[in-house]
Amino acid sequence: MNQYIVLRVVSRLLIPVILIFALYVQFHGEYSPGGGFQAGIMFTAAFVVYSLLFGLEEVQRAFPPVAAHVLSAGGALLYIAVGYATMLLGGNFLEYKVLLPNDQAGETFGIIVIELGVGITVAAVALSLYYSFAGRFVDREAGD
Amino acid sequence: MAVGRRRWVIEALIDIVLLTLLATVGIGIVVIRNLLAVTMLSGIYSLIVAVLFVLMDAVDVALTEAAVGAGIMVILMLGTIALTTREERVHGTGHNLLAFVVVLITGAALIYATLDMPGFGDPEAPAHTHLSPRFTQDSPEEIGIPNMVTSVLASYRGIDTLGEVIVIFAAAVGVLLVLGGGAVRRRRPPTDADDPAGEGRR
Repeated sequence: MNQYIVLRVVSRLLIPVILIFALYVQFHGEYSPGGGFQAGIMFTAAFVVYSLLFGLEEVQRAFPPVAAHVLSAGGALLYIAVGYATMLLGGNFLEYKVLLPNDQAGETFGIIVIELGVGITVAAVALSLYYSFAGRFVDREAGD
Repeated sequence: MAVGRRRWVIEALIDIVLLTLLATVGIGIVVIRNLLAVTMLSGIYSLIVAVLFVLMDAVDVALTEAAVGAGIMVILMLGTIALTTREERVHGTGHNLLAFVVVLITGAALIYATLDMPGFGDPEAPAHTHLSPRFTQDSPEEIGIPNMVTSVLASYRGIDTLGEVIVIFAAAVGVLLVLGGGAVRRRRPPTDADDPAGEGRR
């Protein structure tokens, strides 16, 4: 796709905006629509756009498949870790208010952390899925 | 009162237009045999559904629908089409009467079931009388964040959401087991002899 100079320039401008917007949706989810699920998908969308224009190999150099696989599990583990942390602090599983002295602050803190876990897992899973499909395509195109 | 009614009429008109579009796109998906077109239509379908969710003030769901349904799903479907085929194969032209009857009965049953549903926005609907008041009234006090959807999703239904995350992870594991990780293999540096135009790298 080297010949599409307009697409390349516009996407170079857009990709940082997409990434920032994904982070905004992620960390502003307590005040506005959004949260980990939506943010994760948007974050991946930026990588997908980049890969469509500059090739899968380029993207995989920035975000290797192994990292995506590890992070898919990592986000879920972060979520579960919060659950165990609340249990160690004397609450029930995922009872966030024991995390901080103030009940409300504890709840908010817990929600931010688990939303981060959700976002990491969703982004990494979506990227892994994309790699799985696109990787086979590249293999087949290489044709040997 | 008049203003309220005018607003109601406008919303009803928008709903009718969008639902008509939705039905048209749905029929198009069933009829069209070109899978590329069907994929694009399914993305459009998701966008229309997202707009309908916005009209129902379900902005969080709308955001998800737009991002997943119109974004990543279309990409993955395009990937599948690139790997398989672009035209849907037609299996025979004979119409299956039994299947038609089953579909007709199921559809009639579903439509009959909607008659028992409470009206749209009915304050007496069971969904609005049981847990919803508790969440809407107490969650700003209890959780301390304004977006109640996040409160319910992440705190009251925390274990539920954990389950969803695990399901997503399990789905990824399944795909990885079937399709492989998709790492682009580091090929030996291309020599001029076997890849003169550099076409092996996209």
